[in-house]
Amino acid sequence: MSEWPLYEVFVRGRRGLSHVHVGSLHAADDETALRHARDLYTRRGEGASIWVVRSDRIAATSPDEKDPFFAPSADKVYRHPTFYTIPDDVPHM
Amino acid sequence: MADLEEHFERTIASDRRVEPRDWMPDGYRATMVRQIAQHAHSEIIGMQPEGEWITRAPSLRRKAILLAKVQDEAGHGLYLYSAAETLGADRAELTEMLIEGRQKYSSIFNYPTLTYADVGVIGWLVDGAAICNQVPLCRSSYGPYARAMIRICKEESFHQRQGYELLTAMMAGTAAQRAMVQDAVDRWWWPSLMMFGPPDASSPNTARSMAWKIKRHTNDELRQRFVDITVPQARALGVTLPDPELRWNAGRGHHDFGQIDWSELKRVIEGGGPCNARRIAVRRAAHEDGAWVREAAAAHAAKHAREVAA
Repeated sequence: MSEWPLYEVFVRGRRGLSHVHVGSLHAADDETALRHARDLYTRRGEGASIWVVRSDRIAATSPDEKDPFFAPSADKVYRHPTFYTIPDDVPHM
Repeated sequence: MADLEEHFERTIASDRRVEPRDWMPDGYRATMVRQIAQHAHSEIIGMQPEGEWITRAPSLRRKAILLAKVQDEAGHGLYLYSAAETLGADRAELTEMLIEGRQKYSSIFNYPTLTYADVGVIGWLVDGAAICNQVPLCRSSYGPYARAMIRICKEESFHQRQGYELLTAMMAGTAAQRAMVQDAVDRWWWPSLMMFGPPDASSPNTARSMAWKIKRHTNDELRQRFVDITVPQARALGVTLPDPELRWNAGRGHHDFGQIDWSELKRVIEGGGPCNARRIAVRRAAHEDGAWVREAAAAHAAKHAREVAA
C-alpha cells in the first residue's frame, strides 16, 4: 500500500476560468500536495491557482445509478428556452 | 450484466469515453492497466539514458534544456500512474512490479547513450517515434489515459525539437562531430523502428485493442508513418539512415524499408539488452534510497495532524 494518501488536483488555468480536474498525486499532507501539484501540473505556467483535496473525501454519484439519479431532469422540457413558441417577428428574444 | 456489457459496447461504438467508475469488462480493465503501467514505467526508466548526460552537457543552456526534458519524463510517468490508479491499481505496487521485473517498459531504454549525440538522436528519433505512437492515443477510449496523453503530446513536441536542433548544431560543427551524429543515428535507427512493436501478423492483441479503441492504428501502420516522416528530416540534417533498402515507392506512396531483426527485439525484451540490469538496479536504488524521505514526510504529517487535533 502507498504510505502517502492520494490527492485529486484542480487547476485554474487563468483568471476568469473555473478550476478543472487535471489528475492526482500522492503526498504526505495538504501542504506538500500543493507543492507536488505545482511541480507536476504547472511546469509551463498552466496555473493561476491550485486546489488539492484528498481523494477519499470526495463524494461522487455512481455511474450505475446515473439513469435514476438524473431522471428528474429528463422530463422537464419546459426548463429549456426552446420549449416556448415566440412569433418570429418579436425581436431580441 | 448483459445490460452493463451492452452499455459499454455502445459507449465504445459511439466513440464516447469510458470513465473510471463505469462498468467495464475485466479484460478491458486488465489491458488498460497493463498498457498504462508499461507506458508509465517507460517514462520513468526513460529518464536514465539522457539523465546520465546532464552533468556532461556541453553548456549551461544544454544542461538546463536536458534537465527540463528529464523532469518532463518524470512528470509523464506520474500522469500515467495517476491514470492507472483510476482503474484500481496501486502506485506503490506498480513500482514494486517494475523493480521486480514483473512489468515491462519500452525496450528502447535498454540501449546505452555512448556520446552526447545520442541525446540529440533520442530526442529526434526515439521521441519522434513515441509521438507517432502517442498522438492517436489522445483518442484512446479510456478517458483518463486519453487526457494524460494530450498533456504528454503537448510536452513531447519540445523534446523532439530540442533533439533535432542539437543535431543541426553538431552537423554544422567539425567532421568529428558530424561522424558522432552519424554513429548515433546508425545505432538508434533500428531500435527506434522496433518501438512500434512486433509486425501486425504476430501481434495477437492488436485486433482486440483496436475493437476496444484502446489502439487506433496497427504497429505496421504507425511504423510506416514514422519512416515516411523521418526520411526528409534525415535528408535535411545531412545524415544517412542505415538501411540500404530504404527507398521511395511511388506505387505505394510510401517508403520501402529493410527487414527488422525481430530476434534482437525479443532478446532485449527478455532481458538480454545491453542495459536491462543496470536500468532496473538504478530504479531500485532510487526507490530504496528514497524510503527515508517518504517515511519522514509521513511521520511529520502524522505528528502535525496530532498537534492540530490536540
